[in-house]
This record gives sequence, structure tokens and C-alpha cells, in this order.
Amino acid sequence: MPPSSSFDLDQPWRLDERVAVRPEPFGALLYHFGTRRLSFLKNATMLAVVRSLGEHPSARAACAAAGVPDGRLPAFERGLATLAESRMITPRVVTEQGAA
Amino acid sequence: MSTETLVELFERGLDAPICLTWELTYACNLACVHCLSSSGRRDPGELSTAECKAVIDTLERMQVFYVNIGGGEPTVRPDFWELVDYATAHHVGVKFSTNGVRIDAAVARKLAASDYVDVQISLDGATAEVNDAVRGQGSYAMAIRAMEHLAAAGFRGFKISVVVTRQNAGQLDEFKALADRYGAQLRLTRLRPSGRGADVWDELHPTAAQQRQLYDWLCAHGEQVLTGDSFFHLAAYGEALPGLNMCGAGRVVCLIDPVGDVYACPFAIHENFLAGNVRAGGGFEEVWRHSALFSELRGPSAGGACDSCQFYDSCRGGCMAAKFFTGLPLDGPDPECVRGFGEQALAGQARTDRAALPRPGLDHSHRGPVRGQASKPVAVTIGRRPVPAPPDRACDINPLAGFAAGGAR
Repeated sequence: MPPSSSFDLDQPWRLDERVAVRPEPFGALLYHFGTRRLSFLKNATMLAVVRSLGEHPSARAACAAAGVPDGRLPAFERGLATLAESRMITPRVVTEQGAA
Repeated sequence: MSTETLVELFERGLDAPICLTWELTYACNLACVHCLSSSGRRDPGELSTAECKAVIDTLERMQVFYVNIGGGEPTVRPDFWELVDYATAHHVGVKFSTNGVRIDAAVARKLAASDYVDVQISLDGATAEVNDAVRGQGSYAMAIRAMEHLAAAGFRGFKISVVVTRQNAGQLDEFKALADRYGAQLRLTRLRPSGRGADVWDELHPTAAQQRQLYDWLCAHGEQVLTGDSFFHLAAYGEALPGLNMCGAGRVVCLIDPVGDVYACPFAIHENFLAGNVRAGGGFEEVWRHSALFSELRGPSAGGACDSCQFYDSCRGGCMAAKFFTGLPLDGPDPECVRGFGEQALAGQARTDRAALPRPGLDHSHRGPVRGQASKPVAVTIGRRPVPAPPDRACDINPLAGFAAGGAR
């Protein structure tokens, strides 16, 4: 498991394919079938970011597209780093065509 | 991230359970003295294969991530593997609890190949002597054989599930060593006075000194050892143990029993905690979302006699089922309250009160001895005493120990 310091907002990320996402009134619950761990997303914006990670060239771009204001970016970065640490999201290998 | 806020959100309930216990059968090859579901004999009204599949379809629609399958001994159902395959093919993961009776080399290889199936082997002693006194002759050897098959098949991280008792509380290091030897993870849970557990609770539940040692041991081992959040009443000793430390009954967890009855929690098989049945019109979804009992459990709760205790915020009054089946008021202290208030309350109970304790709603115990275990048939009670007031919080079987918090503040 990579340390949280390895999370890079400017790299491409995606949701791990073994993670199920269940929207809830407060945000969403995540369950990783490989690690058998639960996690949660505290609000709908975070859910939008996580769901769209795979479509953007970087996590920063995904945050911008979901309308995360600059002032809140550090909080989202910390949240994403926690998800990376628990392997809910994973670095994406980018090919010339775009997302792998 | 404030855990309190998350707990508050969860206390109001979720659209679907996070963790659902499904007891597939009351049939069991063993007759453990503390069986929380009083299992032994199959119930003739058990859900059929088709009915079970319909429940799985509902769980898939509700996006229930996984079910904890138990019993009884679930693997003795002839359609057990068919149901496991059906669930995983429908995106419902399976964790099942077993005494190991059907885990041979071939089954272990199949289980090891799936990300969507997890196995918990029940073991209540680190030695045959301690285990078999509770679970029956030969049950230790049966569990060890299953673990050997799982380890040989390369199944990493299966669970060894131990109910902590007065007799095994001194074996925690040995249990951990056993788990390490088989590449498994240790899971310790609390003995509840539920089912046949009510008959042996006085002799089996850990002493106050053992509870303290257990707490210290759990603190020292952190997230390496799972607890199903079942020891949150010990949080009043100081620092909370890993997990959410809340009662999940009817909020994030519930139980479906072999005949389709839905209870607020696996430790409360009693009519007071019965919310509905999956065979009724709206099925499980209707019971989860709209039953009167679950709505009530998701409402605000009061601390009652514990309100003035400075530790109430830590232990939150403890386990509802433990109070209910020991005859203590539901808004009073847990029988194993670390400050001793539960013990005092129990000592103050009149003998007549103790004789009229609530009995589990159903008893499927074997009628004769099994593996040297004389499982006592419980006399049918006619005219139960007036039932206590409905619960405002029910017991906890929380799946969220080691909950990884992600997401922006």
C-alpha cells in the first residue's frame, strides 16, 4: 500500500475496478471487494469527483470539472489521498489515446 | 473528519444496510452451548432456493455490498454453494461463518479463487480442550482441518472468529499465533446472552478483570484484529477501539433468519425486535425502509439511567440484546458495564425476575446430545410475561471496524 504522500493531484487516477459505489443521501458508501474494506464519501461533490476520475487527465482536472472551489482543493486532496491509501482509487496508466 | 457526524448520519439509517446477516438455516451439525440462534434442527418453513434467490435479487437492487451468511451451519444446506455462486454473480459479496465441516481441499481451492467470498471459521478455544467444551467433541480438529485446507489453497486473510469467554480470555496470544500460522486474520467478538447463550452466560461471560485485559490487548493490536465493533461498551475504559462505536441495529445492520423473518440484529431473535418478513408483499426492501420498528430505531435515543454518567458518550449504554436477555432495562447500563453498574443491577434483580427473563422467540436446539454436548431443550413457555417496552436502540453488530474514512471535510 503506497504511503499517502505518494498521492499526486496532477496524475491520472481511476476508481479501482473492484470497488462498488452506493449513493446515499449524505454522499456515498464505497466497498472494495479485494480488501473487503468500507469507506465513505461525505458529499455529492466528492462522489462526482471520484466517479469521473477516469475521464480526466488528472485528479485536479476532475475536481475542477466537478466545481470544487480552489479554497476547498486541499480538503479534496486529503480525501483522495485517503482513498488512494486504502486502494479505493488507483493510479491510471495513460496511453496515447487517453485513458487506459 | 468528525466520526460523530458520520455516526449521526448512520444513526438516522441508510437506504440499504451496509452489512446484513443472513442465517440460511437453523440446521447444524454441532450444538454449541452458547449458540445465539439456538440452532440444531432445520425449520420446515425455511426459505426455498427460489425464495433465497429472490432475496439476493432484492439485495442486488438495493446495492447491498455483501451478506454475512451464517446459521446454523449454512454449508449443510444442499443449495449452499449454488446460492453463494448466485449472490456473487449478482454483485452481492458473501462472507460466511462455518465450523468447517464442509471445507475440504476442493472447496478451499474454489473459495481461494474468488474475490467475492470470504470465510470465517468459528473457534472458541485455542486448544481442543477449551474449544470442545463449548462447541463439542472433535470440533477443534474440524476447524483446524478447514484452516489447513484454506491455507494450502492459498486463501490469505480468511477469518478465525472467536467468541471471547471466561475460559478462552487468557488465550488471546495463542489465537493470534494460530491466525498468523494459517495466514488468517483474528476476529474476536462478544459473548451475548442470546439464544442458548442466555443459559450459559453467567458461567461463560468474561470477568471484569478479563474485560480490562481484553481491552488493553485490543488496544495494543489495533486494526490487526477485527472485532465487528462488538466491544464498544469497553470504550468507557478510555480510548475508543477502532470502528464506529455505535449500535447499528436497524440502522446499518439487520438479520434475515432462515424463515425470512427480519430482526433488527442477529443477537435479538425475539418478537420485540421483529420488523417483518421477506415473504410479505414489499419484500425485504419494504421492511428495511418502512417497518415501524426500524423507523423507531433510527429516531433519537435517550440514555435513561446512564444519562448522568460521564462515559455515556463512549459506551452509549452498551448492547441492547445483552440488556434485554439479562432482564435489564433497555435504557440502563449494559450487564458488563465497565463501571460495574450492570453487575449491581443484576445483583439487585429479584429471583422471580430472573426466572421470568425473556426467552428467545424460537428454539431449534437438537433434542439429544451432539458430540458429547447435552444441548438442553428449552421448555415451551406458555403465556410469556408482559414484554418490556420496545427498544429505542438495539444491539450492535457493527461491520465498520477499521472503517477507512475518505472524502473531503
